[in-house]
Amino acid sequence: MNVAGRIVAREANGRSSAATLPTQPFRLAAGGLVDRSRTLAFTFDGKRYAGHPGDTLAAALLANGVRLVGRSFKYHRPRGILSAGVEEPNALAELRSGARREPNTRMTTAELYDGLQAASQNRFPSLAFDLRAVNSLLSPLLVTGFYYKTFMWPSSFWEKVYEPLIRRAAGLGRAATGADPDHYEKSTTFCDLLVIGAGPAGLAAALAAGRSGARVIVCEEDFLLGGRALADRRRVEGRPAASWVTEAEAELESLPEVRIFRRTAVFGAYDGGTYAALERVADHLPVPPAHQPRQRLWRIVAQRAVLAAGAIERPLVFGGNDRPGVMLAGAVRSYLNRFGVAPGSRAAVFSNNDDAVRTVADLAAAGVPVSAYIDPRPQIPAAVRQVAERAGARVLTGAVVQRAVGWEKLLYVRVANDTGQEFVVNCDLLAISGGWSPTVHLTSHAGGRPQWREDIAAFVPGTPPPGMTVIGAAAGDLALADGLAAGARAGAQAARDCGFSVADAPVPFADAESTVIAPLWRVRNATGKAFVDFQNDVTATDIRIAEQEGFRSVEHLKRYTTLGMATDQGKTANINGLALMAEYTARSIAETGTTRFRPPTTSVAIAAFAGQHRGREFRPTRLPPTHAWAQELGADFVETGEWLRAQQFSRPGEPDWLATVSREVNAVRNGVGFCDVSTLGKIDIQGADAAEFLDRVYANLFSTLPVGRARYGLMLREDGLVMDDGTTSRLGETHYAMTTTTANAARVLQHLALCREWLWPSLDVQIVPVTEQWAQLSIAGPKARAVLQAIVDPAFDLSNQAFPFMAAGAGTVCGGVAARLFRISFSGELAYELAVPARFGDALARRLMQVGNDFGITPYGTEALGVMRIEKGHPAGPELNGQTTAGDIGLGRLLSKKKDFIGRAMAARPGLTDPNRPTLVGLRPLDRAARLRAGAHFLPRDAAATAANDQGHMTSVAFSPTLGHWIGLGLLARGPQRLGEVVRAHDPVRDGDVLVEVTSPVFVDPQGVRLHV
Amino acid sequence: MRIPCPHCGERGFQEFAYYGDAGPKRPAHGGDTGEDVWFDYVYLRDNPAGPHEELWYHAAGCRTWLVVTRNTLTHEVAGARPARDVALERSAAP
Ligand SMILES: [Zn+2]
Repeated sequence: MNVAGRIVAREANGRSSAATLPTQPFRLAAGGLVDRSRTLAFTFDGKRYAGHPGDTLAAALLANGVRLVGRSFKYHRPRGILSAGVEEPNALAELRSGARREPNTRMTTAELYDGLQAASQNRFPSLAFDLRAVNSLLSPLLVTGFYYKTFMWPSSFWEKVYEPLIRRAAGLGRAATGADPDHYEKSTTFCDLLVIGAGPAGLAAALAAGRSGARVIVCEEDFLLGGRALADRRRVEGRPAASWVTEAEAELESLPEVRIFRRTAVFGAYDGGTYAALERVADHLPVPPAHQPRQRLWRIVAQRAVLAAGAIERPLVFGGNDRPGVMLAGAVRSYLNRFGVAPGSRAAVFSNNDDAVRTVADLAAAGVPVSAYIDPRPQIPAAVRQVAERAGARVLTGAVVQRAVGWEKLLYVRVANDTGQEFVVNCDLLAISGGWSPTVHLTSHAGGRPQWREDIAAFVPGTPPPGMTVIGAAAGDLALADGLAAGARAGAQAARDCGFSVADAPVPFADAESTVIAPLWRVRNATGKAFVDFQNDVTATDIRIAEQEGFRSVEHLKRYTTLGMATDQGKTANINGLALMAEYTARSIAETGTTRFRPPTTSVAIAAFAGQHRGREFRPTRLPPTHAWAQELGADFVETGEWLRAQQFSRPGEPDWLATVSREVNAVRNGVGFCDVSTLGKIDIQGADAAEFLDRVYANLFSTLPVGRARYGLMLREDGLVMDDGTTSRLGETHYAMTTTTANAARVLQHLALCREWLWPSLDVQIVPVTEQWAQLSIAGPKARAVLQAIVDPAFDLSNQAFPFMAAGAGTVCGGVAARLFRISFSGELAYELAVPARFGDALARRLMQVGNDFGITPYGTEALGVMRIEKGHPAGPELNGQTTAGDIGLGRLLSKKKDFIGRAMAARPGLTDPNRPTLVGLRPLDRAARLRAGAHFLPRDAAATAANDQGHMTSVAFSPTLGHWIGLGLLARGPQRLGEVVRAHDPVRDGDVLVEVTSPVFVDPQGVRLHV
Repeated sequence: MRIPCPHCGERGFQEFAYYGDAGPKRPAHGGDTGEDVWFDYVYLRDNPAGPHEELWYHAAGCRTWLVVTRNTLTHEVAGARPARDVALERSAAP
């Protein structure tokens, strides 16, 4: 026993666990694929039980005689275990505790482990005594569409009264409140053939393809391979089917190109042979092993796929068919044969087909007496009758179960036959079979419509996605021998399609069987509630009501009644539901059709889709070259797109960020500071036509830019609105270095590539992104030149004459480090941007701190950068918002009249040149002590706050330490003509109104004197 | 969906950025094109059911624009060529 198990045992009773574990009264003396040599302890609703490795939680509960496992969603009716697989609608549990607590786990697939903690759902205060079962008495209130009818009025009640009430009464388990401590991963893999489902048909396909050397992936949702071969007492190639499975598995394991993914459900089929699968790596363990994910999401790209997903048995619709003890006939065989568990002590079997009589035989063989075999068909094949009679069951033909009677457990069933006789059959287990529905979901994800086959009363796949073959029960071929043969054929064909040669091999054979069925969609004179969708509590009556109220299409039926909308997605319910709708509307089932299936076929945790992309790792984090240095200085960081940038460098004793930022701004305005601006997009542009290319993509001219000079550039979109701006320098006759905003770096690159490759492919120009290659630091302030002088190599002449404002050039710094220098300024001060290869960025920052020490050099962050650009009225992200024109941001004069450029024609449209458009202005509060808020809307001073009076909005605000009050930039209708006017900045969400004065957007040094010193 | 990039091989569509119809021809650079023609080029698109030539950018790969032929009904991808080759071919055609 592992550690977790011991802890649970001690908590439970303080003594060693093995000695006190209860016996398993319903475990058969022998048989099954569980490891009886080991005992596992687990709890259900706090009570301790024992099971064996190989059990599901459902099997172990049944072995302990636990039949009542949950309450239903709407009526809180007692519910038991219906199935033995993924289709289970009733037996849902919360597994584990604390942050690992997981609701809505199907007990029928949850693998038992030592120490497992499970709790039933939907009950209050306890499972056996549920106060809300009173809902059952109120059920006329809760008929179909009750959400729409009962809780209609008054509407204000919805939020405060009805919704909390419904949620409390109709919960489906509780989600954990703590962060999930486990991790999840995503992986992509490729194969020639993907086999979905490892039942006999899937195994035959995998063997046939695998033997040829093809790369085969076998995905099986279960923890064991074998499918129905584990549940049915059948023979393949003269051996027990389970032995054949073991041999097939061993052979597959021996083939080097075959991979077997156990506990892996393929839940989606996508275009181009792409499939999604969820591997439950560690769901069967208390906690994942070290370095293992809890679950892994696979993207599998397969040239061919074989869908061998089997079929799901349908319940029969009669009164009380949801009583604990009513179980699908195939599931009864699973519990008997695979798990060695008797799901009851006295049974009856109710079936409309030849398959379910096996359950009679298997029950008898396991020593469970069978009172009756009940079949609605007036005549049944002699073989079926013989099997039932040999098992000691009374055979009732032309007979139906009208009602299952009991509450928390089944006591007896009332049977009526076609001659009017009535019987009471005592049983605590009623095995039911309404036939089998092929698992066609994956064939429908790419648009295929399932087709109704009247002869087998089932939907079979329509057109599957390209490359997919459907075989076995999933294709409607229920007989084992047919599935094996189809598997061998499909596997061989898939391998051939992928270029492998396949040797002839004998097809595995199996004993013959009959799967004849006579549909029975509902028992006509049933009494009591007859359920169609167990999980969402949809009854046959609900479907009748939906029909009467006009919700007749299957899509309407689904949404009105919620049929098939629960966590099980109606796997056991959908066909019965639409068959009833067909009957009520006097249409055929083919005419009624089926709803579309969409991925995922089974519930997948959001965490699995997220994989590693959680929290800080939600997306990649890009770090500027000076990040480590900034961290050492204790900078605060801010996310700007993918980048993590230094926001401000606070110092001990500074009361708040505003004090820090103001200090940084003052340092730049009066001394010198520096800031990492490497995040700006940098694009190298070269070629004989580089100048022509830039003239076309920029609104202003670049061919006239002299070598060694930089120029501000404005780029429009084809629709005439502003796309981006930046500074571009001419380093040589045919060589430019472009910069973009941080936010648009990727977008501009993509745009330039489109222009180069698609619009003007004959231009001789190359573009390369070099953002990551260069570390670029802005050194700004009146003392910037003095600091820079200390690190540039002697050849660099920094004098104002040799290297004036907007000069650009290459050289070396710090004794031979290649560098580019640009005399450009965002702050409005004398400023340089110095670029060195990225690997020198950190060293450059440290060197600047050293050489700048005497000058009081001050590192500054994005906040101070932002304050200074607002003081200077430079438009940035909030102004370049994808809705503004060049004119809107005060740059209309940049639109060249001398040349054509992208966006020129469309920018001339009347709507974009309307003089009333909101245009960039500066704003300052009339009361200089008032704070401004970005997002506030402008209104004429005395106008009402209505949308009709809206004249624009405040885009950016900052506290200006230079001016000593708040300042703002905004887009105001006819703004530049309204300088001096006072308007209202209306912010109903926060501070209400502030009166602001309209000013020039340039608050500091409007003549630009400081730039040229 | 899988796109066979001529430079990188077949890749999942998640690596690509979709742009749109490769059909519309941009009015000549420097030409005196009327506003209606520009409007058509910038805003109006057909929505064909069937094969469709469209521009995709291999953003997480070779960063090349491609003309991909995709069936809008089935998502079947018939092929992908460098957009530059297609553009040069079209400009050479009479
Ligand atoms: Zn590529």
